[in-house]
Amino acid sequence: MNPEAKKTLRKLVIAVPLMFAFGFALVPLYDVFCEVTGINGKVFQSDYEDDLLTEDGRPLAIQFISTNNENMPWVFEPSEEVMKITTGEYYTATFYVKNTTNKKMVAQAVPSVAPSNAAAHLKKLECFCFEQQELMPGEEALLPVKLLVSNELPENIKNIIMSYTIFDITDYNDEPMASHEMNMEH
Amino acid sequence: MLLKYLTKFHHITIAAVLLVASPIKADWFALNMTRGITDISNEVFELHMLIFWICVAIGVVVFAVMFYSMYAHTKKKNPVAATFHESTKVEIAWTIIPFLILIAMAIPASKTLVKIYDDEAGDINIQVTGYQWKWQYNYLEDDISFFANLSTDLDEIYNLVPKGENYLQEVDEMVLIPVGKKVRFLITANDVIHSWWMPDFAIKQDAIPGFVNTAWTQVDVPGIYRGKCTELCGKNHGFMPIVVKAVEQDEYDQWVSDKKDVAMKLAELTTKDWSTQELVERGEDVYALNCVSCHLPNGEGIQGIFPALAGSDIALNNKERHIEILMEGVQGAAMNSFSYLSEVELAAVITYTRQSWGNAENGDGEIVIPKDIVDYKQPKI
Amino acid sequence: MSAVIENHHDDHHHGPAKGLTRWLYTTNHKDIGTLYLWFSFAMFLIGGAMAMVIRAELFQPGMQIVEPEFYNQMITLHGLIMIFGGVMPAFVGLANWLVPMMIGAPDMALPRMNNLSFWILPFAFFILLSSLFMEGGAPNFGWTFYAPLSTTYAPPSVTFFIFSVHIMGASSIMGAINVVVTIMNMRAPGVGLMKMPLFVWSWLITAYLLIAVMPVLAGAVTMMLMDIHFGTSFFNAAGGGDPVLFQHIFWFFGHPEVYIMILPAFGIVSHIIETFSRKQLFGYSSMVWAMLSIAILSFVVWAHHMFTVGLPLAAELFFMWATMLIAVPTGVKVFNWIATMFRGSITFETPMLFACAFVVLFTMGGFSGLMLAITPADFQYHDTYFVVAHFHYVLVPGAIFSIMAAVYYWIPKWCGNMYDERLGKLHFWLSFIGVNVTFFPQHFIGLAGMPRRYPDYALQFADWNMVSTVGAFLFGVSQILFLFIVVKTVMGGKKATGQVWEGARGLEWTVASPAPYHTFTTPPKID
Repeated sequence: MNPEAKKTLRKLVIAVPLMFAFGFALVPLYDVFCEVTGINGKVFQSDYEDDLLTEDGRPLAIQFISTNNENMPWVFEPSEEVMKITTGEYYTATFYVKNTTNKKMVAQAVPSVAPSNAAAHLKKLECFCFEQQELMPGEEALLPVKLLVSNELPENIKNIIMSYTIFDITDYNDEPMASHEMNMEH
Repeated sequence: MLLKYLTKFHHITIAAVLLVASPIKADWFALNMTRGITDISNEVFELHMLIFWICVAIGVVVFAVMFYSMYAHTKKKNPVAATFHESTKVEIAWTIIPFLILIAMAIPASKTLVKIYDDEAGDINIQVTGYQWKWQYNYLEDDISFFANLSTDLDEIYNLVPKGENYLQEVDEMVLIPVGKKVRFLITANDVIHSWWMPDFAIKQDAIPGFVNTAWTQVDVPGIYRGKCTELCGKNHGFMPIVVKAVEQDEYDQWVSDKKDVAMKLAELTTKDWSTQELVERGEDVYALNCVSCHLPNGEGIQGIFPALAGSDIALNNKERHIEILMEGVQGAAMNSFSYLSEVELAAVITYTRQSWGNAENGDGEIVIPKDIVDYKQPKI
Repeated sequence: MSAVIENHHDDHHHGPAKGLTRWLYTTNHKDIGTLYLWFSFAMFLIGGAMAMVIRAELFQPGMQIVEPEFYNQMITLHGLIMIFGGVMPAFVGLANWLVPMMIGAPDMALPRMNNLSFWILPFAFFILLSSLFMEGGAPNFGWTFYAPLSTTYAPPSVTFFIFSVHIMGASSIMGAINVVVTIMNMRAPGVGLMKMPLFVWSWLITAYLLIAVMPVLAGAVTMMLMDIHFGTSFFNAAGGGDPVLFQHIFWFFGHPEVYIMILPAFGIVSHIIETFSRKQLFGYSSMVWAMLSIAILSFVVWAHHMFTVGLPLAAELFFMWATMLIAVPTGVKVFNWIATMFRGSITFETPMLFACAFVVLFTMGGFSGLMLAITPADFQYHDTYFVVAHFHYVLVPGAIFSIMAAVYYWIPKWCGNMYDERLGKLHFWLSFIGVNVTFFPQHFIGLAGMPRRYPDYALQFADWNMVSTVGAFLFGVSQILFLFIVVKTVMGGKKATGQVWEGARGLEWTVASPAPYHTFTTPPKID
């Protein structure tokens, strides 16, 4: 074979698996990117952040809304629709959920925060959205979210909306959730 | 020549004549964007007109030069073409000047956008959820919730009866808001992407499943304002309008209290004794709103896509499975769970489908009462 | 890249092969150009027929002709076929015919790949069109196929749609590579980059855009395929994914795609205006820089299709400003065309009529584009007929008129016969009137509040919808006339000279008409 062609072939043979590996690496890389930039209103689990605790926080309201996605028959409601908080302190909010069917079911709650630039300042130590929720027929539960809004939140934001949508993933609960590894300390 | 054209395409001519002669509220003067009713919508309208007139001005100048040239520089009038073919000065000029015009446009545009995004809490917060093919409204402070379906009759759509004035722009439940208060909308969707558009408020936000978008408005003039879904969401994308009615505070308060009463009464209805006839009548209405678009008025469905209910084994012989399907939907199929309907509505529509189209005669004829639905929701273990 | 190896073909100039297999096996750029052009004409008529169904339904309020689910299939296929079957293959066909001749090259750099690039297209469109007869019907989620409507809620034919798009993408990418390699390697001595005809420049830039973004489209449809069949959740929030991600990926392809569909048009119009003004094109290097700027800017404006999705304020501002900026190089081109005409010696044969109409009507489409760029105003325009009016103005009296202009302009070179000038002018005027009657009123109904992709509408939109439908049928019928004109020309007509047009410049006019099967087997001498 022509030596030029051999050189090109060698480069291609190396490049193809590298690109393939890059495709796989994108899964964790995408998570990191979203976490760092806080886009999508997606909020990930944070560790206990001592340095964000402060006595000089300002008042803020968080509105909780809940949505059931298409085939999801559970009752799903926030315990309190609006919570008045202060930045720099931890709070726990709960959501009431009940499986009203006669089958065991598994749900995935997906959070969304508005305005989107508030997401980076909303730290969640604990959230029922981090893991799949399984309920027996007729079972009900109070699911917690433990959160803190950092005082670095831009001044003009006086109100944050935390929205959760629950999806029925009973048939898919063998699949690991596509995003981040769960580092559950509980 | 025109006559020949008109007679050749006679059906178009006839239709055109009929259209002009008919009492349909068509409108040759529906030419421009609405000013709308809010400060923001007026600002958006002014911005639109500003950009429009700048474009018209530029167009007039540019095309004037071009049309002049097309007139004066024909081969006949100008047999020897000039030879100039470049000029750096001119290129710079007609790069810089448009650039400056764009900056002049960008400044007011950016200001208005910042205002729209200045999103503080509302006095009233309404969660808006797009479904295939209706909108659900959930007033967070007062905890009232309802669906709004298109209320235009199918007969009007299929040209069997004349079209009403608000054809395709009317719903069975209006969204009431009080004047003079800041209203915030929290917009999401239940299935596919929809979009909530109120031209009179200059609000358009996509309703995306799993995500929430916000929009706000303050309406100072009472009135009825009509909006539409503006993201392709399936077959009835064109048939899920929005109607918002802005009213004085006392009327609004009365409406809220009435809605709360209705919710309480519905809870009572669940326990009353229903006759088959009553259920079937109620069920027919529920069917018309929720089922007919896929399963069709005679329950025949569409082969290969939406199963027939007339003569279906489940409707004839399997009351339990029938309830299960309505409560949980069918995984992997287009049939969603309808458990968000009230127990009365669910029992009524199941009974209606089990009793109609020969199903009662050909099957076990079993009906479902609201209590059956309440029971279904109880824990089984 | 090694140079094309010159071999002994100079001596025996064989003509084309005989029989039908000539077209199956040909590696000749002229034959392949012809294949692409006829294919795109057929697709244009099929996509056009779908447009007639759409406009017929919209003639009056109410559902008269089709059901909403079929209507959604029509609008989806109409878009896909016109874009991927009409406009793009037509431009590739023109590239095939003209680029080698314009640069003095004997053929494209990769003739066999050229053949493959063409022949997979009828296969891809057969798959796409056959989906109309599948259970569940054809794709019904719009040509922009947003998830989850196109994933979880799609009919079974979506898988065939994905397959079809992959094949079309492969065809475009291979074609684009061929164009780049040809232009970069096979220009005759003396044809420097800044001496190349503008059509060649426009295709060089377009080819780079294609290579950059068609793989992104392939990525988007592959992720869809994974979500639909293999349990992934790229676009499904339940699994941690995001429907908005789809839109970002799609429009990162989609915006450069629309410039892919207009840049070759710019090239064509530059040639035609120069010829019929009998005056050298004004501002050659500006024209090149303008096309380059447009191409580069096209990569950073995609989210202007997503202003209502809930992007952060900073993003909305950036995309608004970047989009507005594209008006500058585009305006420069329009001014340069007019400056070319100014104090020229103009005649208005059919190609020039189409080219002048292009300048005016494309500019009008550009104005509505500028209005759309203004984000707060876009909240009122987005997903209404105002957008439909905008893109039809830039695509129909824009891209399509430039293709028709190109056909009238170069067909004497391709087949050796002049087209019938009176019929050509008639086709022009019918199309010009048709296009304006169809699409101008759509600005009104969009502003007045009619959304897109609606099979039925509230009564205040009835009048202008009716007008628009009448225009559409006029325009549609006129294209049958165009078919007649083209066939008539191919079969015979006044014989054309090599030069054909008095003011024409360029290497393609130095060869006989019809162009010999093999041209420039030895490179021409350029002074």
